[in-house]
Amino acid sequence: MIIRKRTVGLILYLAILLLPIYWMLNMSLRSNADIMGVFSLYPTDPNFDNYIKIFTDASWYSGYINSIIYVSLNTVISLSVALPAAYAFSRYRFLGDKHMFFWLLTNRMAPPAVFLLPFFQLYSTIGLIDTYLAVALAHTLFNVPLAVWILEGFMSGVPREIDETAYIDGYGFPRFFVTVFLPLIRSGVGVTAFFCFMFSWVELLLARTLTTTDAKPIAAIMTRTVSATGLDWGLLAAAGMLTIVPGALVIYFVRNYMAKGFAMGRV
Amino acid sequence: MNKWDDNRAWLLVLPVFVIVAFSAIIPLMTVVNYSVQDIFGPGQRVFVGTEWYQEVLFDRRLREALWRQFLFSGLALLFEMPLGVLIALAMPKRGPGVSVTLVLLALPLLIPWNVIGTIWIIFTRPDIGLLGATVNGLGILFDHTSSPLDAWITVVAMEVWHWTPLVALLAYAGLRAIPEAYFQAARIDGASAWDVFRFIQLPKLRGVLTISLLLRFMDSFLIYAEPFVLTGGGPGNATTFLSIYLVKLAVGQFDLGPAAAFSIIYFLIILLFSWLFYQALQNVGTGDKR
Repeated sequence: MIIRKRTVGLILYLAILLLPIYWMLNMSLRSNADIMGVFSLYPTDPNFDNYIKIFTDASWYSGYINSIIYVSLNTVISLSVALPAAYAFSRYRFLGDKHMFFWLLTNRMAPPAVFLLPFFQLYSTIGLIDTYLAVALAHTLFNVPLAVWILEGFMSGVPREIDETAYIDGYGFPRFFVTVFLPLIRSGVGVTAFFCFMFSWVELLLARTLTTTDAKPIAAIMTRTVSATGLDWGLLAAAGMLTIVPGALVIYFVRNYMAKGFAMGRV
Repeated sequence: MNKWDDNRAWLLVLPVFVIVAFSAIIPLMTVVNYSVQDIFGPGQRVFVGTEWYQEVLFDRRLREALWRQFLFSGLALLFEMPLGVLIALAMPKRGPGVSVTLVLLALPLLIPWNVIGTIWIIFTRPDIGLLGATVNGLGILFDHTSSPLDAWITVVAMEVWHWTPLVALLAYAGLRAIPEAYFQAARIDGASAWDVFRFIQLPKLRGVLTISLLLRFMDSFLIYAEPFVLTGGGPGNATTFLSIYLVKLAVGQFDLGPAAAFSIIYFLIILLFSWLFYQALQNVGTGDKR
């Protein structure tokens, strides 16, 4: 009986959660005049004009491609530097380890507004403006700390005896790490990848500051729907629906890992 | 767990340090630099010491924005943390329901923040929005563009809608990691559902709840795009949160000095509270731990 009640509550919650997204879907299938003119629970005259526009206009769809490239690049960079560091934090005591661990998180705490100008200057100086690498590197500022924190939790859940046995068996660190240790924390890597992907995907300020045309993110291109005649709500809603798709695919692929023991050590 | 003492572990941390420090230290020092100078133009700058800091600290509107910010973050945590844990407890443990729930929960997290604000503009419109039309249809007058209370309800509702899934996802994964043996032992002892939650699940969730609380505190304290797009900080100044006021200050003035000093103070407030939360959560309830 209790389980019943819980399930009903959960379904109710998910329904409420989906309402704004349903409304976005509803808007995306209607013309702008229709959206602004009448209240309608569902599109009475559904059409895919907004989607067709996005898929046929290079200035639109290139935004998705740009975002996917720098977000993937960022996820790869973040994971590859965070994995060894998280191992060090979970296994070793070393000079300044606790301070270093908390310092990492402090990089998520600065209000971005005034930092944008120095960021722009820094990346201009090294000639990376309007490249995928610039955005991917800038996003490591908030993704690497998060990745280290989450991965450290998973790694601390793996008993140290495993490391000791492997070293006695004659494994060197790189080989042990890749062939023995990484498979054990697969789930952690999957989950961390999702969070890195997600935070980089929705970040707008840095991505917009560091790009002009060639690497412009989709979120910045969407602000163009504002024109002299007002906002094109339908087009914006369609673009919004499409921004959900890549991330939904990512979480679909890591869903089994999430269900199986996330943050084993931190619990 | 006992750790090995070895300073060579620094070699493993070094890449992280280099890549983060590259993007962190130079911009931070530049902003500190702005905050103690009066800049007239390229090459024309005067050192003004703590003048901007004093100006910012005595700014009445800034202090009002700060209290609003504390209230907002407090409300966000108050709703999101318990709700997220409740959802995680209610989620199925196996079967096809798991995939469906996980993917659905992730959807709000994946929408760019400015788009979330835009969608909520229409969603809450009394004439053409689902929420606005429904609430007004029930006979409750609701319009966030004119009533400060309605604006607050809308902004908090949007925040809770947007971010509770993050807490739920983390808490769910944390729950899945608790070994089945604990629950069997509890059943043998005849423990109630509440006892299981209080003495097994909650202590085991300490780690994931710490990181979700810190993440939600930091990000809600820095919130900008969603409320700015939705309400523009209004009506009046009712929903002008700290970062909205900061941007107003930075854009409205030629000199970056005061805005830079503001940013540094802003950063230090978040740092202080995050550290307090972190310390508190590291120690709370450790007495019960076996």
